[in-house]
Amino acid sequence: MNWLINNWPLVLQLGVQHIRLSITPIVLGFVIAIPLGWLAYRFTLTRGLLLTIAGLLYTIPSLAMFVILPPLLGISFLSEINLTIALTIYAVAIMSRSVADALTSVDPAIRQSATAVGFGSWRRFWSVEFPLAGPVILAGLRVAAVSTISLVTVGILIGVDSLGYLFTNGSQRRIVLEILAGVVGVMIIALIVDFLLVRLGRVLMPWVPRQSRSFGRNQRQLAMEASS
Amino acid sequence: MTLFAQAFAWIFSPDRLTGSTSLPSLVGQHLFFTLVSVVIAAVIAVPAGYLIGHTGRGREIAVGISGAARALPSFGLILLLVILIGVTRKSEAAYIAFVLLAIPSILAGAYAGIEAVDRRVVDAARAVGMTEWQILMRVEIPLGLPLLIGGLRAATLQVVATVTLAAYIGLGGLGLPIIAGLALRRFDQMLGAAIVIVVLALLLDGAFALLERLVVPRGVTAGRTKDVRTASSRRRAVMGTPIEEGNG
Repeated sequence: MNWLINNWPLVLQLGVQHIRLSITPIVLGFVIAIPLGWLAYRFTLTRGLLLTIAGLLYTIPSLAMFVILPPLLGISFLSEINLTIALTIYAVAIMSRSVADALTSVDPAIRQSATAVGFGSWRRFWSVEFPLAGPVILAGLRVAAVSTISLVTVGILIGVDSLGYLFTNGSQRRIVLEILAGVVGVMIIALIVDFLLVRLGRVLMPWVPRQSRSFGRNQRQLAMEASS
Repeated sequence: MTLFAQAFAWIFSPDRLTGSTSLPSLVGQHLFFTLVSVVIAAVIAVPAGYLIGHTGRGREIAVGISGAARALPSFGLILLLVILIGVTRKSEAAYIAFVLLAIPSILAGAYAGIEAVDRRVVDAARAVGMTEWQILMRVEIPLGLPLLIGGLRAATLQVVATVTLAAYIGLGGLGLPIIAGLALRRFDQMLGAAIVIVVLALLLDGAFALLERLVVPRGVTAGRTKDVRTASSRRRAVMGTPIEEGNG
């Protein structure tokens, strides 16, 4: 316990840094995934193409991604931007599929009703399809958020400090508690962010019944995980 | 782009075929770690997933495990287990980490595969007199196989990625040239190894994708139609005839 008592400020500081590093990829991924997911949902050609590319990108192990991106993009290997871009790619890969699935899951009758009462495609998307697709998009966002938070730790291998610092430092100094603090810290941040996203979903989508939503979400989450 | 040329030069250099860290042996190590871990994880997770899927009990546990596992940082888990179990037995520690990381996806695949089977099909099987065991073996498992393979696919890719990170503790595998190159600032070596890892991951992913299609029972493929939802809605919108009022 001594290590934790003495190094409490360090853990806290790294935790804050960790959250900061996680937010950009999650937000960027969400923003980029919406138009891509729409493209994948709307046209058969782009659906196959985009979802295949997303699937392949998601397949690339993180360490390999960190090494391949810099020469492709002309950025520095040991840099925060490298980590941010790599994690954004993963987040986009996860979320564009769930946005496409979510839009497909909207009842066609509702879509037609919206068209029938005179909604143009832009307004229909934002005020009918997007909100109704919300619960499934949220499920994808939660998966992307949690895996991003977990992946930020690998950034320590390219010199970006996060809670992952406690892993390598603790490993070198052979302090079990230090590594454990890092692992638990990451899981706590992931849990809190996940919880906040669920709350945000309840505030933004009050029409979704609680019980059935958690049921559908769990099932879909499992199915998604199995197929990703 | 010259760096990519150097990376390919590194991959195809004759030096890669010699020594204890030759490229083929690193690939072999990487595949061996992956295969053994996924098989051990499957032996544990598939029966458990089938039990949960068939009985419907313990679903919340399965969901909880797969949710929590995603938050578990794999790199931290390896380093933690190595220190806890002992540096002298680091490969055992790494195996435990790989197996732990592979279990949730396989469990989810096995469980979701059975869960996804239409309840009416199961009821029909029960109605024609199949025992619970027959229902599981002849109906639920074959129909759920594609999702199980999907789970194995996710688990395999997860382990391939984690084995790469395990080079940090000196386990070998294709992460080794990257970790070693990092210290030596040998970018050709790092990029070359990264390319090999990506190719390996994509090949494994492709093999599983193929397998996923092959295991779909023939009866299911025969009855399958194209994406009904999107196709039919559009046609209805265009071809729908107006209701004629007052003529009935």
